[in-house]
Amino acid sequence: MSEPSRTHASLLPSVAAVLAGAVYMVFFLAGESQMVVFGLLVGAVLALAAFKHWRVLDAVGQSARDHQGPFSIVVVAAVAAVCLYFYDDAFVLFLLGTVLVYVLTCLGLNIQFGFVGVMNFAGASFFGVGCYTAAVLTKHTALPHLLIIVLGGLLAALLGFVILIPVLKTRGHYAALVTIAFALLFKTFLEVNDTLGGPQGLKAAGLNLFGWDVGRDIAIGDFEGSFYLGYIAVILLLAILGFIMARRMEDSWIGLNMDAVRLDETVSACFGQSIPRWKITAFTIGNFYCGVAGAFYAMMLGYIAPTNFTFGDSLILLSIVILGGLGSLWGTVVATGIVIIIPEKFQVLQEYRFLLFSALVIAILLFRPQGLLPRPLRGYRTLKSLPGKS
Amino acid sequence: MQNPLLSISNLGKKFGGVTALVDLDLAVPRNRIFGLIGPNGSGKTTFFNVVTGIYPATSGTVVFEKEDITRFSPQKVYRAGVARTFQRSRLLLPLSILDNITLGDHSQLENGLFFNLFRRRALAAQYRQLLDKSRDLITIFDPGLADRIFEPVVNLPMISRRRIEICRALISNPKLLLLDEPSAGMTHEETHRLIDDILQIKDKIADLTIIIIEHEMSVMERITDHCAVLNFGQKICEGTYQQVAADPEVQKAYLGVD
Ligand SMILES: Nc1ncnc2c1ncn2[C@@H]1O[C@H](COP(=O)(O)OP(=O)(O)OP(=O)(O)O)[C@@H](O)[C@H]1O
Ligand SMILES: [Mg+2]
Repeated sequence: MSEPSRTHASLLPSVAAVLAGAVYMVFFLAGESQMVVFGLLVGAVLALAAFKHWRVLDAVGQSARDHQGPFSIVVVAAVAAVCLYFYDDAFVLFLLGTVLVYVLTCLGLNIQFGFVGVMNFAGASFFGVGCYTAAVLTKHTALPHLLIIVLGGLLAALLGFVILIPVLKTRGHYAALVTIAFALLFKTFLEVNDTLGGPQGLKAAGLNLFGWDVGRDIAIGDFEGSFYLGYIAVILLLAILGFIMARRMEDSWIGLNMDAVRLDETVSACFGQSIPRWKITAFTIGNFYCGVAGAFYAMMLGYIAPTNFTFGDSLILLSIVILGGLGSLWGTVVATGIVIIIPEKFQVLQEYRFLLFSALVIAILLFRPQGLLPRPLRGYRTLKSLPGKS
Repeated sequence: MQNPLLSISNLGKKFGGVTALVDLDLAVPRNRIFGLIGPNGSGKTTFFNVVTGIYPATSGTVVFEKEDITRFSPQKVYRAGVARTFQRSRLLLPLSILDNITLGDHSQLENGLFFNLFRRRALAAQYRQLLDKSRDLITIFDPGLADRIFEPVVNLPMISRRRIEICRALISNPKLLLLDEPSAGMTHEETHRLIDDILQIKDKIADLTIIIIEHEMSVMERITDHCAVLNFGQKICEGTYQQVAADPEVQKAYLGVD
């Protein structure tokens, strides 16, 4: 079974890139003055441009694609190392935890938008469904928290299923319109609903896993770290699980079917595909991701309010998916980091962040429509590595 | 005719005020290459679209293998054993050659969510099987394409795209193959190379009936056993290519002879 006759690239360039990225992250996150942070940002852009010019980036990409497994492990290790470096810095750790929460959310949106082509303008609302599920259930029931997280996902998935049913038979952008309506309705509903706390929102209990109170600071021997390290460990695992499942979906007949539905519904129908089936599958799974991420986030944050789930937030989530590249899983990871971290480090930008992201999306669509890390062609690489007769 | 594979009776199709097909009667015999001729806008593509369930018929019936498929969805028509190509080549351009061909075998694939996500070894085995099957099929047309099976189709020239489209339709072993102007967008010489391929395929597959729409008369002369001519949605003539070409009404309507 021969791949196109190309020699395998070495693992080295991608590992070096990850290490450089990790070191850069440490400096960037630790940067106190706005001048330093700004300088680092400009430096990164210039360095990337130069590396691209010298074809370093191509080598890195090739190396990462040829060694997906080892590369992924190195990335996870690097993320863990950065988190441990900031072991007692609650602000930075919370920020990193938030990034991972949104990585999971945006992977879900990418399954919907990038794989099957359903644009979900209510990502933040489905995320919110998960949040409120967690807040209500931790308060009124004694269900295990892990189960509550799953229930948050299931409830979001179910709601998405219900609102999509009526427009499944239609072509075009009706699905997108329905999600817009849902997003607007959801926020209004929360604001006027007193049992759900109205505009003030609700408190959510901290995560407790099998007797481990994740909300308590960590002390192991001499090591004392912020409790956020525990939260990060949990969400990192969830995000990895979500990533692996999305990757498996992509490298399978399901990914192929979804691509076909996105690219040409008539052709799909002429070759036996049920179009509603794949749209529902992608939409439901994507919302499950959002709900799970939301339920976790509510527990990490400790309280939730309707202002977290506006239409604008949904747009930011979508812009992350577009920025990273439609259908590109690594693209989503990188873009989430950029979009969540940069405004947090530049207080001045906070007010203009919607403006900034709109400009960014337009720029991306104009100059690099395939996104920062374009989705590679399906090579069934995760299947090829499996043992079995050839 | 005895036991035709496809029989059409009184088939009509209207798009609002436009009448695309009128009272069409056709019987397509088994294991033959059947040609469909007619000037632009005479309803040939519409005929394919109605047979494959993309558009519902306004009147009449389509019977395939003794089963009435007139009201079938495209999915059911495909499962009954009808596969097609499109006049304006409709490959999934960003996807690889392999993906485009594999897609045609949808009904043979294991499409369950659980299977695809968790039974990865079984999936890998099915993947290898499909890879071999697709490679073997495309090799008949062009061995060069078999080596490039992981490349996206967007960069390929029209003749390669047509070949891949035919493979996509053939991989499910259909009983009836509908080819809508396979020569569109190709040179005369390329067209005849493609026709060689089609004849070769027809030889290899025992039980295959083909309906081909074509404007190139030399093509029709070479490959068809039987032809029907449409004009303004009506069948005006039927017979072998020689008979049809000699018909005065056909010459008037189509060949531009006064
Ligand atoms: N979806 C549609 N809506 C409205 N009218 C249509 C539609 N499809 C086809 N028609 C009309 O039906 C008639 C027959 O069109 P059709 O495409 O079947 O012709 P054709 O024989 O395939 O022509 P060509 O040789 O140019 O491909 C034309 O008048 C066309 O405008
Ligand atoms: Mg036509």
